[in-house]
Amino acid sequence: MLELPPEELRTADGQLIVTSLGCSDQVLGEGSRLLRRMEICVSEAEKRSCRNAVSMLETFTVYLIETRPLEPTADGRNSSPDSVWRRYSEFELLRNYLIISYPYIVMPPLPEKRAEFVWHKLSADNMDPDFVERRRVGLENFLLRVASHSVLSNDKILHHFLTKEQGWKDLVHETGFQAKADSRLRALNAIFRVRSPNKHLMEVKHYSDELQSYTSQLLRARTRVADRLYAVYKVHGNYGRIFSEWSVIEKEMGDGLQSAGHHIDAYAASIDDILEEEEHYADQLKEYLFYAEALRAVCRKHELTQFELEMASQDLISKKQQREELATGIVRTFSFKGITNKIFGQEAPEQREARLNLLEELTSEGEEAVKEKTAECDEHAERAVTDILQFKEQKDKDLQEALISYALMQISMCKKGIQVWSNARECFLKM
Amino acid sequence: MSGHTVPADISDHMLDLDEDEDLEVYSKNTTLADGGTMPNSPGSMVNQYQLEEDEEDHQDVKTKDIFVCVDNPESHITAIETFITYRVVTKTSRSEFDSSEYEVHRRYQDFVWLRSRLEENYPTLIVHPLPEKFVMKGMVERFNDDFIETRRKALHRFLNKICEHPVLSYSQHFKAFLTAQDLGPYKKQGPGFLSRMGETMRAVAISVRGLRTKPEEFTVMQEYIDHFSTKICSVDKVTQRIIKEQKEYMDELKQYSPSYLQWAELEEELAEPLKGVGNCIERCSKETEDQIQHLSEVLLPTLHEYVLCADTLKAVMRRRDNIQAEYEVKNEALVSRRVEQEGLQEEVEDLAGRVEQANSALRGDWTLWRNVMRTDLKSAFVSAADRNVEYYEKCLAVWESFLLSQRGESVEQTDWEHGS
Repeated sequence: MLELPPEELRTADGQLIVTSLGCSDQVLGEGSRLLRRMEICVSEAEKRSCRNAVSMLETFTVYLIETRPLEPTADGRNSSPDSVWRRYSEFELLRNYLIISYPYIVMPPLPEKRAEFVWHKLSADNMDPDFVERRRVGLENFLLRVASHSVLSNDKILHHFLTKEQGWKDLVHETGFQAKADSRLRALNAIFRVRSPNKHLMEVKHYSDELQSYTSQLLRARTRVADRLYAVYKVHGNYGRIFSEWSVIEKEMGDGLQSAGHHIDAYAASIDDILEEEEHYADQLKEYLFYAEALRAVCRKHELTQFELEMASQDLISKKQQREELATGIVRTFSFKGITNKIFGQEAPEQREARLNLLEELTSEGEEAVKEKTAECDEHAERAVTDILQFKEQKDKDLQEALISYALMQISMCKKGIQVWSNARECFLKM
Repeated sequence: MSGHTVPADISDHMLDLDEDEDLEVYSKNTTLADGGTMPNSPGSMVNQYQLEEDEEDHQDVKTKDIFVCVDNPESHITAIETFITYRVVTKTSRSEFDSSEYEVHRRYQDFVWLRSRLEENYPTLIVHPLPEKFVMKGMVERFNDDFIETRRKALHRFLNKICEHPVLSYSQHFKAFLTAQDLGPYKKQGPGFLSRMGETMRAVAISVRGLRTKPEEFTVMQEYIDHFSTKICSVDKVTQRIIKEQKEYMDELKQYSPSYLQWAELEEELAEPLKGVGNCIERCSKETEDQIQHLSEVLLPTLHEYVLCADTLKAVMRRRDNIQAEYEVKNEALVSRRVEQEGLQEEVEDLAGRVEQANSALRGDWTLWRNVMRTDLKSAFVSAADRNVEYYEKCLAVWESFLLSQRGESVEQTDWEHGS
C-alpha cells in the first residue's frame, strides 16, 4: 500500500495543503494527521429507498459526510465543502479494507450494527430516530479516529471514501483486498497451535478477552439499572394524577396537593432525558467493547503469521534434510524414495542429479520464504506493539473522560432531584 | 348475617382484613409520636405533635394534660397460647385521675376491647383505627421483632390520638384501660346479647326502608368520604409500588458496582477512576436502602392508617344513619296511629333527641378529624419530600467528591460548562 509522507499530501491539482491545527476533538494525537488538514463531520441522516439486487424494496439510512480543507487554497479562496452520502454497509466495507491492509493496527470500531444492551423503553429498531442519531455520532467518531491515526490517515481509499461518492466501491474492490480477506478469515478460523508465540502479544490477547468480558458485563448491568430507575421515576407519575383528583374534594389541602402533584409529574417525566443522555455513556463503553475485539484481532493476526513462519521453517528443515540424504545417501527419515530404492535399487545418477538440483532450488526458495515470513512477522509485531501502546494511552484517556462525564450526569440528575423535591416540599407545606 | 347489613359488633368489622393482597404491615407515623420521649413530670408537658412550620392552632397544643406511652413488649407463654403484652405508662395532671402516674400492662385484645367500647358509647365520634390483627404476606411467625415494633408504634399512636380527643379522652373506659391493673371486671360489663340484637334490628330496618330524608350536610359528608377513601387507597397503593420498584432498583445497583471494581483489577491507569465510580455506586445503593426504609416507616404507615380511617368514617356514617332510621321507624308508627300511643310519644321524643345529639357530635368531630387528617398527611408528605431531597443531596456529595479526586480545581469549571 502506498504511504506518502504526510507532509506531501497534495490536492488533485498539485496544491500543497498546508498543515494546521484544526479540530479540538480529543482524538487528535501527535504527528501530522489528515484531521489537521480538513474538517470531517457526519452531519445528517436520511432515509432512502431503492430496489435491491433481487428487486425488493429496501429502506435504509444514508449519512452525509462533509469535509472541508481548513486552509484556503493557494489562490486565497476558501474551498467549498465536499459532501458524500454513505450508508452503513459502505463504512463496513471501508473498515474491512483497512483491517486487511493494516493488520497490525488496532482498528477503530464502527457503532454497533444492531441495537444491543437495550433497556425496555429503548427501541431496538434500526430506523428509530434516536438510534439513527447515536449511530451518526458513532460514525463520525469512527472517521475522526481513523483520520487522526498516524498510519491510517494517509490511506488513499480512505480519502476517496470521504470525497468520491460514485465509483468508490469499484476502487476498493480493485485493490483485491476481498480475496485476502477471505483467505485470512479461513486461516483464522482454522485451529492451529503456535510453538513459540510472542509473549507480549499473548498477554495483550488475554487482556483483550478480559476487557471484552468486563465491558459487556458492565453494559448489561447498566441496562438493568436503567430499566429499574425508569420504573421508579414513572410510578411517581401516578401521584400527580391522584393528587389532582383528590384536590377537587379538599378545600384547604387542595392547592398544595395539586401543585405538589405537578412537580412530581415533572420528576417522573425527567427520566427520559436523563437516560437518553446516559446512552451516550453506554456508547462510549461499547466503543471499547468493540475495540477489545479489534485488539484481539491484531494478536490473532500475529499468531497466524507466526504459525505460517513456523510452517515455512518446518518446510525448509525437511527440504534441507531431504537434500542432505540425497547428497550423502544416508537415509535418516522415512521416505517412499528410500523404500523404492531398497526394493528396486538406486536410481540412475542423472535422475539423482536432477532431483538434487530441484531440492537445491526448493531449499533456497524455502530460505527466502522463511526470511520474508520472519521479516513480516517481526515487522507486524513491531508495528503492532507501537500501535497497541498508542491504543492503550488513548483508551485510558477516553475512558477516564467517559467516567467523568458519567459522574457529571449523575450530579446533574441529583441536582434535578433536589430541585423537584424541594419544590414539592414547599407545596406540601401549603397544605 | 349477610354482608350487606351492618354487623352488630362493629369493632370486629373495623379490623377486618383487607381483601387487597398488597396490604402489608405498617408502623405508625413515628415523626409525630415518638414513643421514647416521655416528659419527666406531668408539669413539664411538651407537645410532641407541634410541627415547626405548623402555625395552626391545634386544639390540644396548649392544653395537653395527659400523656401516654406504649413500650416494652414482653412475651407471655401459657399452656394455651403465646401473646405479647405492652407496658402502658400514663402521666396526667387531670383531676379525674387519682394519681398522676400509672403503669399497666395490656395485650392487643385489651386495645380491641377499648376501641369497641368507645365506638359503642360514642357511635358518631371518629375513633382512630387500630393496627390490624394479622399480617398478610411475608411473615413467618406472628411475633417477629419487626412486627412487634410496628404494632407497638401503632398502638402508641392510637392511645395518643384518644388522649388528644376532647371527648374520648374523658371516657370511663379509657380511664379504666389506663389505670386498672385488672381489666377483667370492666370487660364483663359489656353490652349484652339483647343490645346487639337491637343493633341488628336497626340495621335491618334501614336496609329495608332506607332513610326518608338524609340531611344535606351528611350527604355531602358521605360523598366526601367515598372520594377520600378511593384517593387515599390509591395513594397508599402507589406508595407501596414505589417502595417495591425502589427495592428492585437497589438490588440492581448492588450488581452494578462490582462490575466496575472487577474491571478495575484488570487495568492500571484506569483502575483508580473505575474503582471510584464503583464505590460511588455502592454508596448510592446504601442511600437508596435508607430512603426505602424511611418511606416504609414514615409515609406508608401514615397513609395506611388513613386508609383504615376511611373505613371508620364509613362505619360512623352508617351508625348515624341507623340512629336516624330507628327514630323514623318509631315516629312513623306514632304518626300512623297503628300502635298504642302512650309510651310511644315519649320514646319518639327520646329518639329524636338522640338523633340530634348524634348529628351534632358527628358535626363537631368531623371538623376536628378533617384538621387532624390534614396535619398528619401534610407532615408525612413534607417528611417524605424532605427525605428525597436529603437522598439526592447525599448522592450528589458522593459523586462530587469523586469528581474532585479526578479533576481537582477544574471541577467547578466543568460544572459550569455543563450548565448545572
